[in-house]
Amino acid sequence: MSETPAAGGPAPRELFLRFTQVSLSGFGGVMPFARRMLVEERHWLSAEEFADLLSLCQLLPGPNIVNVSVCVGARFHGARGALAAFAGLMSAPFVIVLALGTLYTQYGHLPAVSAVFRGVSAAAAGLVVAMALKMSASRRLRSAMAGFAVATFLGIALMRLPLVVFLLGAAPLSIAAAMWRAR
Amino acid sequence: MNWEVLAQLAADFSVLSLIAVGGAITVLPEMHRSVVDVHGWMSGAQFAELFALAQASPGPNILVVSLIGWKVAGVAGAVVATAAMCGPSCVLAFAVSRVWQRFRGSRWRAAVEDGLVPVTVGLMLAGGYLITLSADASIAAFAITAVTAAAVLSTRIHPLWCFAAAGLIGLAGWV
Repeated sequence: MSETPAAGGPAPRELFLRFTQVSLSGFGGVMPFARRMLVEERHWLSAEEFADLLSLCQLLPGPNIVNVSVCVGARFHGARGALAAFAGLMSAPFVIVLALGTLYTQYGHLPAVSAVFRGVSAAAAGLVVAMALKMSASRRLRSAMAGFAVATFLGIALMRLPLVVFLLGAAPLSIAAAMWRAR
Repeated sequence: MNWEVLAQLAADFSVLSLIAVGGAITVLPEMHRSVVDVHGWMSGAQFAELFALAQASPGPNILVVSLIGWKVAGVAGAVVATAAMCGPSCVLAFAVSRVWQRFRGSRWRAAVEDGLVPVTVGLMLAGGYLITLSADASIAAFAITAVTAAAVLSTRIHPLWCFAAAGLIGLAGWV
């Protein structure tokens, strides 16, 4: 995130390989592995630098881990580094998920396979519910601001409002409320 | 090759890319709305299956987008959907990462963070609610969803073990 690429940082090839490794070790959540690689194993970032980067990447739109790869790559080698880290993160999992998809279309109609998948789909939904509940424990929700979480849930889940329209209204209001509270 | 469908995928997902605050899960309801309700490309159950496949694969969970594109328009669809979902947000991340440090400790940076988190949480809850409704067609399925959520929240168990157990319960014909 510094203005100039850090001297002596990892080469683009190294970024590609390390992010490939990270992406392949994470099932249902790659971030803990990215942190271990960046902070503990390679020492490319300090713990504080990682926390700061993570808070930015959670704020930006798009998948958090993808944003982390772009920011880390950019930090060391600008656009080339960002591309290398991003490609490392996505390439191997992309091929694997399409291979799984192909297998699934071949064999998905078999009663046994679709029975297994009914179970796995239910568990995958449970994982999302858990992530959402974990996020709900954020200290930023221990105030009237929690009303915005409730309103968002009602608008999107129950009223099925189009997300773009809803966000254009809700996000500025929510930020304005946060500003007003901080006065 | 169906250019019209590819263009539709590119348009839909590049918009989602820029509004996916908090990650892929927050736009799950919107993907569902677009793919199932608006375009009718697949059923809600198929959508939930693709999501489960993506969750059971290694790598970022954004890969559900690749699977949706692939299901709709083959490998070209997968490439287009993935590029559209990642491209705009990556460019933004690249640009913002260069200036963000300057605003450290500023009042509006804190307000943006405090304001966006509740909206993100609401979106994640909506995603969990909708994917549960799509995936679960029986009492047993709802029970698996609830037990998985409780296990992930209260223990350090790896989610893959929950997937394996749920798959076995499905194989036994109980779901």
